[in-house]
Amino acid sequence: MDEQLCYAYAVVRSSDPPERTALADVRGVAGAPVTLVRSGAVAAVVSAVPREEFSEAALKVGLEDIRWLEATARAHHLVIETLAAHTTVLPMRLATVYLDEDRVREMLRERETTFTTLLDRLADHVEWGVKVYAEVPPASPPDPVAAGRPADEANPGRAYLRSRRHQRQEREDAWRLAEEAVRRTEEQARGLAVERTRHRPQEGGLAQAPGENVSNDAYLVPRRLSEEFRSRMLHAADGLHGIRVEVTGPWAPYSFTAPLAPDAQEEARRR
Amino acid sequence: MSEHGNYDDRPARQQQVALIDLLDRLLSGGVVLTGDLVLSIADIDLVRISLRAVVVAVREQLDEQWATFLPQRRTLTGHGGYGDEPR
Repeated sequence: MDEQLCYAYAVVRSSDPPERTALADVRGVAGAPVTLVRSGAVAAVVSAVPREEFSEAALKVGLEDIRWLEATARAHHLVIETLAAHTTVLPMRLATVYLDEDRVREMLRERETTFTTLLDRLADHVEWGVKVYAEVPPASPPDPVAAGRPADEANPGRAYLRSRRHQRQEREDAWRLAEEAVRRTEEQARGLAVERTRHRPQEGGLAQAPGENVSNDAYLVPRRLSEEFRSRMLHAADGLHGIRVEVTGPWAPYSFTAPLAPDAQEEARRR
Repeated sequence: MSEHGNYDDRPARQQQVALIDLLDRLLSGGVVLTGDLVLSIADIDLVRISLRAVVVAVREQLDEQWATFLPQRRTLTGHGGYGDEPR
């Protein structure tokens, strides 16, 4: 047992646990069976992981390794998805690891009220991701050969300046349209979504969708309004040239696990 | 979704989601626990870690790609600006 640590995926209500059969087919991040640790009204969903791979030092190395990170993230996600198909789930951040199940039980005991409050808020809600993309012309100078017109062949400098100006104008137009699209998604979400979280716009090697990502939002939506929300978002940028709205989900409420400020809690109760 | 409030309409195994969307959620969302945690991973800026991981992975790829081309690298970077690359 010394060689094993306890990886925690999520908290669920112990009165409403996923059926044993639901978790039976699922293996955790290190291939071990997924089980429940109960305490009062809540239960943590956990699995054993080898210390050699999940100690603090090993995690620091693992998280820097994109292959390890992807495998762990996908395994974590599969457990969350399986749970979310059966019950309200409060996901934990990736790589939440305890020494043993007793420590998990202790943590649950201390935070029972916080967890039940969050679970109440998330019950019958799903998360949708809404990303706005713009086809912004590249900032790099245009190909002088392609930009040149026959009449300008004698004066490539002027042709170049003209095409630069034209390009700048195109970029400005694209950004204006993108802003308009974001505004429309916000407007369309009103009355359907109950909360919003903004993620950083996606860029870099993993951002493979075409165009430039200008907004990367997550919305918490009551399950019964879910389809309406999705279809409204998919049409939010209709008529805006070069703008695309990408909708992902439904997700478990990953982006809505922070306790609300007292004011917002009051507002949520009134709703 | 067929029925309001029905849990069973969500496929247990969805089509594979994009890793970047998943990392947005797993590295900046989810409950962060501290205190009793024996591992202080929650204190670490996970987003930065993941970005670094991505950057490293990309750099490795580039290095691999460029390894074959390095001698002719100048001809590959054709966007240096007007006049940089005589044609």
